[in-house]
Amino acid sequence: MNIRETAPRITELEKISTRTDTRDYLAKAAPTKEKLKDWLIVDVDAHVNETAFWSEVTDRIDNEVLRYIAEAFRERGRGPGLLNANGPLYQDVSGRIMHQQNLSEPTPPGLHRQVQLTQRAMDALGIDYMVVFPTPMLSLGMHPQADAEVALGNAYNRWLIEEILPQDKRQKALLYLPFNEPDACVETVERFADAPGVVGFSVTSTRHKPVWHNSYMRLYAALQETGKPLGFHAGFSWADPSFQQINRFIGMHSLSFVHFNMIHMTNWVLNGLPERFPGLKVIWIESGLAWVPFVMQRLDSEYMMRTSECPLLKRKPSEYIQDMYFTSQPLERSNMKLTQATFEAISADTQLLYASDWPHWDFDAPSSITKLPFLKEDAKRNILGLNAARLFGLEVPAAKSGVKASPQRVAVPAE
Amino acid sequence: MIDWMPGEAMNEIMVGELSEFTEGGYRVLRVDSFEFGIFRQGDRLVAYENQCPHDGGPVCQGKVIPRVEEELAPDQTSRGLRFSKKRNIVCPWHGWEFDIETGRHCGDPKYRLRSVDVKVRDNRVYVSVPPAAL
Repeated sequence: MNIRETAPRITELEKISTRTDTRDYLAKAAPTKEKLKDWLIVDVDAHVNETAFWSEVTDRIDNEVLRYIAEAFRERGRGPGLLNANGPLYQDVSGRIMHQQNLSEPTPPGLHRQVQLTQRAMDALGIDYMVVFPTPMLSLGMHPQADAEVALGNAYNRWLIEEILPQDKRQKALLYLPFNEPDACVETVERFADAPGVVGFSVTSTRHKPVWHNSYMRLYAALQETGKPLGFHAGFSWADPSFQQINRFIGMHSLSFVHFNMIHMTNWVLNGLPERFPGLKVIWIESGLAWVPFVMQRLDSEYMMRTSECPLLKRKPSEYIQDMYFTSQPLERSNMKLTQATFEAISADTQLLYASDWPHWDFDAPSSITKLPFLKEDAKRNILGLNAARLFGLEVPAAKSGVKASPQRVAVPAE
Repeated sequence: MIDWMPGEAMNEIMVGELSEFTEGGYRVLRVDSFEFGIFRQGDRLVAYENQCPHDGGPVCQGKVIPRVEEELAPDQTSRGLRFSKKRNIVCPWHGWEFDIETGRHCGDPKYRLRSVDVKVRDNRVYVSVPPAAL
């Protein structure tokens, strides 16, 4: 018999909408957050919504004519003029997932609104550092004008460096490389590599440029020189001829995010880029993990028969892939045996980096890692934060260094 | 108004008049730490815990949307998509959809929402709340 001396308190909870405060939206992540309060949590892939602040970005376009064109677009009304479109955008499952639709919650004056929105997600999920990427600009690699990619990519980089990153040292970035113009990429690295908060560079994978081309060797050398990693951030393109056969967004999205990274990784390995730039660390971002064992085995099998086609390799393709880094989201886990085998194949204990992808529809909370039944605590601590701290040289508070997981000191960033 | 007296056993509590639950509508309530949604269909009420079996999201605070089905002609050609008369509760975290009548996921019925006992007596709505939550 349950006897109590005070009346129960009944509260009506609001329905979730696009105006719901992120902290309320994610309130049910609180129990995991509480359990992990002495763990370092680094989210290696979250997103800003740069087009919500598009004039702040385009005002930073270096070229005066392109900057004028971007300004002229504004008179047509809302919309990211100058940025290319990417076909029907059904990510929010037609309004079912409101945080993907729009974050229109109010924020008070003070810090930049984007900084505050990111902080709310970090606080709700218990995240110590969040590495941010753009959202609509993930398709910028398909822009028909390479100079527009250079202009917008660097304007976005400046917006992050000048407006966002200085306001919160917990927010970091892998800057945008305008990969359709190799020489411009080198300039981007030289210009921004030392900016505070910049922990590396990224290629948006949705594009048709081969990573093996000789025109990129200067870029890879420059990146290696910085000691900062290169990420390939996946995306989709429904306009790609093969994907035009697919009539459902689910099918296109499931395959397209993997497709582009599969091509870039295959080119990267078979052309011996890990041998040519052994100090350049590579991260594969937002394509999940299930595809990686497939590529490893497939390339290994054919490599044994066609070794003459990749003479730069000194090891099997899978051995190079095991040295690479991967972000965890969207983590496939409907078959736990396959998930466990995948973690073993990619040496997840040292190579896997937790990512949320917040605020996108298929985000993973830290519980996506803590609930995995086959991982020991040390491995979970590594994946949730310590691997990323080592890779990016992030400062780790003593209380969050883990009991056994981090015997060596990690570098403190000079900023 | 709360139908409760100090010292009384508190497994079942009154959460409102039936008229406060509109036809086709739903409300999400918290009684101390226990959160649940009450969904009205005609004169019938169903209630579920506000916790998605997928990842713990606030499932009852999402949308209720008619189920989508695909109509096939006798020769198995598709006549396109249409809305069913069945309705689904959609978790706002990741879009998992659950049949409002059964609480089961519409794509994999082994996942289901946890039911909450709800009764109507004298036009008042009573919900059984686990003692541990009170």
